[in-house]
Amino acid sequence: MSQHTAKTHNGQLVRLVELNRKSIQIFINGEATEALEGDTLLTAVLTHQKAIRQAEFSHSDRAGFCLMGACQDCWVATEDGTRLRSCSTLVQANMRLVTPKAKP
Amino acid sequence: MTQSLQAVIVGAGPAGIRAAQTLVAHGLRPIVIDESARWGGQIYRQAPHNFTRSSKQLYGFDAPKADAVLSAMDALLSKVDYRPNTLVWNAEGGQLDVLFEGSTSVIDYTDLIVATGATDRILPFKGWTLPGVFSMGGAQVALKFQGCAIGQKIVFAGTGPLLYLVAYQYAKAGANVVAVIDSSHFSQQVKAVPALLNQAMVFAKGVYSLAWLKAHGIAIHHGATPIEVKGAQSVEKLIWRNTQGEHQIDCDAVATGYGLRSESQLADILGCKFVFSNAENSWIPEKDLSGRSTLQHVYLAGDGAGIQGADAAEWAGELAGLALIEDRQLKQHAKHSTRSHALAGYLQKRMAFGQGLNMAFQDPPNWARQTTDDTVICRCEEITAGDIRQTAQSTGAQDLNRLKAMCRVGMGRCQGRMCGPAAAELLADCTQQSIVKVGRLRGQAPIKPIPFLQNPTVKTMSCDAKEDE
Repeated sequence: MSQHTAKTHNGQLVRLVELNRKSIQIFINGEATEALEGDTLLTAVLTHQKAIRQAEFSHSDRAGFCLMGACQDCWVATEDGTRLRSCSTLVQANMRLVTPKAKP
Repeated sequence: MTQSLQAVIVGAGPAGIRAAQTLVAHGLRPIVIDESARWGGQIYRQAPHNFTRSSKQLYGFDAPKADAVLSAMDALLSKVDYRPNTLVWNAEGGQLDVLFEGSTSVIDYTDLIVATGATDRILPFKGWTLPGVFSMGGAQVALKFQGCAIGQKIVFAGTGPLLYLVAYQYAKAGANVVAVIDSSHFSQQVKAVPALLNQAMVFAKGVYSLAWLKAHGIAIHHGATPIEVKGAQSVEKLIWRNTQGEHQIDCDAVATGYGLRSESQLADILGCKFVFSNAENSWIPEKDLSGRSTLQHVYLAGDGAGIQGADAAEWAGELAGLALIEDRQLKQHAKHSTRSHALAGYLQKRMAFGQGLNMAFQDPPNWARQTTDDTVICRCEEITAGDIRQTAQSTGAQDLNRLKAMCRVGMGRCQGRMCGPAAAELLADCTQQSIVKVGRLRGQAPIKPIPFLQNPTVKTMSCDAKEDE
């Protein structure tokens, strides 16, 4: 069982309920990171950091927007180059994602 | 006739599910295609299998309706050909091109019910692309589907029934809702009460949410417009304006939306005629009261062809199913047409309610005129209001597709789903035309991005298939 209280938190999303799910490990930019079974990739990433991708032209950070597969602003790459729409893809153990580096 | 008839339903929300149930009751076995992993659409979206909240916790007031719709589909699973996780990305000549697990295939149909639903209608403000700004529906998805809040200090800004409902759901789930910013005036909402009483229950839910928020000390500002989100890397504060001037609120997340807009790309690609709807202030696929589109054997149901909400979607789905049965002369008896008349009656009554909602929830006054040149409108291509105005002026573009060709607004991956309504408002304003005249962005295949296909069995796309990029 994982402890996901709203302790000091660098993520954008905050877990409120459904906390008693099985914990699984994924890798974000090579770092082992905890996710919960049933998380979308977007949730898994944005509970730890603010951004999920960068815009192609301005390179500004983005964190998705519609969360229902319409805006296409949450695509994320895996280390092997596969691109996934993070709001509608559920996380799997040992997935390896590449996102913008967390800023200090 | 029955043997060669293949009915396909696109969308497994309330409209698609009731349509499927109707067809099954008349002896058909429709294919039900849905982009989501589980049925229910957005409104009755189901959480992943290992989540444990009750339907009361997930759907609140609407739990009984959600249960009824979801269990109806559950009972249909052995009687329909259900294709979840499947995107319809093109349609041509009685065939749908679908993408499932990375490869595409073709589904033939003779009869088609399009129930593609809706997404939020967005009116951008400066800074809306910063991490921490989400659509209103997106904020609801985060909570309902993932058990998460979009931030630690959240402002809900925009207008429409979802504004108070989602703010209420968040506060009730323990999130810190710091304010609700509603572009409509309270007096407009009071004036709309007689029309809203057409759907007393729906109206009561709205009043309840608002009263609950007020009783819990959450600041609610009417006649107020969000004008800028500021923050270095993500949301730090929201600047908003009312008749007293500009104000700011510290927050780390903003949910925004101004009602809903129809997902009408599939109807467009099929070749359905569109009609301007004053209720939505936009072009929507044309249908008769039973859901018949302008194409033979193609039917439209639910919010994908004009926003009427979940209850109306159920009626429209059933009605479209009955129309299909009638048109194919599969079974016709007195009970059938009595039911059709009753459903049509409900839908007409719902229209009066819709007019009431439009009166109650109004856009910020002069949104287009007030939007500054440096505001990004198209978040895919990063086209600003200034780019749009300058392009309209220098090229003489009068319609949206011309404007798109000239400056790429609406040309990105979302195909104008997020920026289309705003771009139309801006173009209408700066060319001094009505919103009717600027037209609508044409849908294009693929309706949503699809991967470069390795699948050798894929049907060749016709040579006039348009490329988006």
